[in-house]
Amino acid sequence: MLEIITSPWPWYVAGPLIGLTVPTLLLIGNKSFGVSSSLRHICAACLPANISFFNYDWKKEAWNLFFVFGILIGGFLATYFLTNPNEIVISESTIADLKEMGITSFSGLMPADLFSIENIFSLKGLVFFVFGGFLVGFGTRYAGGCTSGHAIMGISNLQLPSLIATCCFMVGGFLMTNFGLPLIFKFIN
Amino acid sequence: MTDSNKNTILVDPVMVHPEACEAPNNQRNGEGFFQLLKYLIVGVLFGIIFVKAEIISWFRIQEMFRLDSFHMYGVIGSAIVVGMISIQVIKRLNIKTLAGEMVVISDKVFNRGQIYGGLIFGLGWALTGACPGPLFAQIGSGFMAVIVTLLSAVVGTWTYGYFREKLPH
Repeated sequence: MLEIITSPWPWYVAGPLIGLTVPTLLLIGNKSFGVSSSLRHICAACLPANISFFNYDWKKEAWNLFFVFGILIGGFLATYFLTNPNEIVISESTIADLKEMGITSFSGLMPADLFSIENIFSLKGLVFFVFGGFLVGFGTRYAGGCTSGHAIMGISNLQLPSLIATCCFMVGGFLMTNFGLPLIFKFIN
Repeated sequence: MTDSNKNTILVDPVMVHPEACEAPNNQRNGEGFFQLLKYLIVGVLFGIIFVKAEIISWFRIQEMFRLDSFHMYGVIGSAIVVGMISIQVIKRLNIKTLAGEMVVISDKVFNRGQIYGGLIFGLGWALTGACPGPLFAQIGSGFMAVIVTLLSAVVGTWTYGYFREKLPH
């Protein structure tokens, strides 16, 4: 039993469970599923700076901050108590592409070549953490939601704007992966 | 005027939300710290799924955008199907919330920000290997460098708020 839990969960288990978050949040407290709004609440709580977009009663929306803090704890629990005994299995073709760009480590959930503490103050850190994070925060707020708020919650509720936003997420991702990353790796390696 | 409203429960049919919030609180009853803990618990379960299904992995996102694996499409697709069925069931059977309220889901209004912002987020998603939810789970998983990514995402959100009026929507 424990082995089933510790080995990686297939999509047909994880996907439906994530989908169930939608009715769970609606029924336990009339909350619409969405994560990126938490970033805005952090702005509203810490540095509203008289910007009208951040001038609202963030405490009334505090549920979202509890939710994301829970995600962080869940990440900790799963990683340290439900550890996958085997190495991550990555598609051969992705490995080949990434090797060509200079990625050498294929163990763990994140490549150590990029996501290590030592890289924070390097060009890699600037591109993948600082610039990447900025695009995520700026883009999700500009789009009015992220994968949870638009792709899952919005499309589940048959909202056309969410379908449009989700298609744009995917287009952006395809462009960066297939055209941006090769250039970036050429530049930083 | 405002003083008299404070004591009248029957008035106040309109709930005030932050403008353009995709995950608003639609519950009329206020919630204290202990009631808010239930969202933390849902978050914990959600974070465990994220890690166990390897959704927080930069490699899985790379596979998705290289069309090398069905995993992420299966996860997001089946999540949408289950979400869609759930919302239909709630609406048709008029299921009430725990507090006995009618379920309220705000409609999304189209603006061009969904296109521009969507593209920008997509670029960042492929770089960081994370959307906002997985960012928190990655930090919990011990990838401390992602704290920088999260802080930068908060700065990005703040920058959007600062320039909002000047940006095309």
